[in-house]
Amino acid sequence: MLVPFLFIGIPLAAVVILNALNWKNRWISLWAAVAVSVIQLGLGVWDLVRVVSTGTPVSSSFFGNFTVDSFAAIVLTIIGLLGCVTALVATGTIHESRFSFGSALLVLLMGMNGVVMVRDVFSLYVFIEVTGAASFLLIAIDKKRDELEGAFKYYLMSALATVMMLLSVAFLFVLSGGTSYDGIAAYVASLNGNYPVMLNAAILLFVIALSIKSGVVPFHTWVPDAHSSAPSPVSVVLAGVVIKVSGVYALMRVYRDVFLNDPKIGMALAILAIASILVGALGAIGQSDIKRMLAFSSVSQIGYIILGVSTGSMLGFVGALMHFFNHATFKSLLFTDAAAVYHQTGTRDMDQMGGLGAKMPYTSVSSIIGLLSMSGIPPLSGFWSKLVIVIAVWQVSPGLAIAALCLSVLTLGYFLILQKKVFFGKLNPAMDAVTEVGGSLRFVEVLLSAINVLAGLLFPVVLYYLHMRGIL
Amino acid sequence: MILLLAGLVISALAVVMIRDLLKAAVSLAVLSAILTVILFLLKAPLAAAFELSVCAGLITVVFISTISMTKLRTKEEVAKHQVERRRRFRLLPAIVVAMLCAGVALMLPHLGQMIPAGVPQVAAAADTAVFWNQRQADLLGQIVMVLAGVLGVLIFFKESDKP
Amino acid sequence: MSLLFTLFLIGASLLIAIGLYGIVVTRNLMRILLSVEILTKAVTLVMIGAGYETGQMGVAQSFVITIIVLEVMLLVIATGILFGAYKNNGSLMTDKLNNLKG
Repeated sequence: MLVPFLFIGIPLAAVVILNALNWKNRWISLWAAVAVSVIQLGLGVWDLVRVVSTGTPVSSSFFGNFTVDSFAAIVLTIIGLLGCVTALVATGTIHESRFSFGSALLVLLMGMNGVVMVRDVFSLYVFIEVTGAASFLLIAIDKKRDELEGAFKYYLMSALATVMMLLSVAFLFVLSGGTSYDGIAAYVASLNGNYPVMLNAAILLFVIALSIKSGVVPFHTWVPDAHSSAPSPVSVVLAGVVIKVSGVYALMRVYRDVFLNDPKIGMALAILAIASILVGALGAIGQSDIKRMLAFSSVSQIGYIILGVSTGSMLGFVGALMHFFNHATFKSLLFTDAAAVYHQTGTRDMDQMGGLGAKMPYTSVSSIIGLLSMSGIPPLSGFWSKLVIVIAVWQVSPGLAIAALCLSVLTLGYFLILQKKVFFGKLNPAMDAVTEVGGSLRFVEVLLSAINVLAGLLFPVVLYYLHMRGIL
Repeated sequence: MILLLAGLVISALAVVMIRDLLKAAVSLAVLSAILTVILFLLKAPLAAAFELSVCAGLITVVFISTISMTKLRTKEEVAKHQVERRRRFRLLPAIVVAMLCAGVALMLPHLGQMIPAGVPQVAAAADTAVFWNQRQADLLGQIVMVLAGVLGVLIFFKESDKP
Repeated sequence: MSLLFTLFLIGASLLIAIGLYGIVVTRNLMRILLSVEILTKAVTLVMIGAGYETGQMGVAQSFVITIIVLEVMLLVIATGILFGAYKNNGSLMTDKLNNLKG
């Protein structure tokens, strides 16, 4: 079957064609990115339906061992959706470097698709590096001073993560004689809990490396810098998928398929997760830059995803996956709103804003939807994912569940601060000329808000379906 | 072998501690060359060739060209710190790399005695076959990465037409 | 674990320590890149040692070659970022990179 390879093959062909011929219209690279993402969205949904109906994963041996199972199909769909959204936001905001932007975005898509589809820890490293390289390019694409600084700090943390991950791969190679997920999993299973020192070291290094890439506390320091300094569409894609695919997805995949839900790792992950939720929320409350606040809030939400994963149970995994999807949609919505506000007012400083609700109705309403979803207010999508995660954690450790619930109050806290500062209150006289943003940004805001609302209505159906299938 | 590892550590110390950036870059080239010898000793000729040509060669060229194109400190900072510039070291990296290549070539006949005792002779596998048959995903990843690198060069080093 | 692998691990740990020290201590951006390269060399050493240990030199060689190719491309991109920073700031000192606060 060729299909899994196509997830990498189509963007590759697009990049080659884009750069080989001399196009007069500079917009074409962005529209090509939109087209490729939409194709990926379609293929992802098709594969998901196929995998769920036949029960077996789709494999391709055309040029590399790429496998798409149900988990991967869902994530591929999310990547497709966000690629499309990012390219659309870029058509509204990027003006100088559009041509390279489209190519770099396509390379990013290829990298992330690769991360999702491989079955081998070394190939995982390869595609995580590709994703990182494309992210540095995208962050620094306008070559402005802050962007370069954010990109460099991200590069440095990423390099540390890379070194640790490679050491871990080398150890796993020595221990199990191979680097495939199945090979290492078979080796770990055969040990029955008696782990040699080298394996413990390998696990520790791998988890720390992926925690750095996910932005989990205490390795989250690069996240606010990279997100706030990046150009608007890049922040959307960074928070929405890059962190999650190259970090959280890899962690989830390795935890489940390679280390086989080891409880010691689960406990460590749970502690890191709660710390992330707390530090992220507290950090967000103290910010005046709208994008930095959203970046800290990403750290907090990723804590929720990892909390769900750390339980090791299927319920926790499903909850984490739901929150993965939700965070992709509501965070990209919020970053799009931030982009809209930035481009219409010229500033990211929330203290200078106020009363924009009347001037920018679409942005204001969509941001309310996004923030309500993030805080877990029914019937929006965030409510369901947080509910499932809390229930899953309750089954393992009631104390942690109560902590997670209490901390979600903090999410509501910074939501209210953001709304009050930016959209409500008195209109700042300097902002009098601000109008609503038009065109593609408005389309994206409406689209993502609709997805949030629809997902909120559909999630109970999905949960019921899983229950009927016997999975939950 | 222990001598080679010691050489690695000393070169690494040199990279970090030497004040002059050009000499530090040369120390990195020396580090790569020693690593090449180790790779060759362990019967990994393909990797050794790659390491020598890419790391001791290409990376050194990249570093030295970047160092030449940028100044460490602005003019005011130079006046404050009184750093001296020595131009003759431009030639030094080329000389060092050439000497190392000569040294490696001379040492080749004597390599058999340098492996510590008790080391089983590893059979040289069919390396290119491994790449093509088993690790195609990595190959694809490398192709994509090269694309990213080319894009990077285009983005960062191209003088744009419009200001 | 053979003697060779142990030696390699010790050597690699030293290299990693030196590289990390280099990143933390220096005030010069180029030296940070050089230190990252030292870290890469250390990892290459461990990988080759792992290949030797398991007897699969072919696979290990392909790992090493892949690592080298990827690292070179990343280095090119990082150098590009540095170059852009140099053009903006006029110098390559790390104190210039403190604009993003909080």
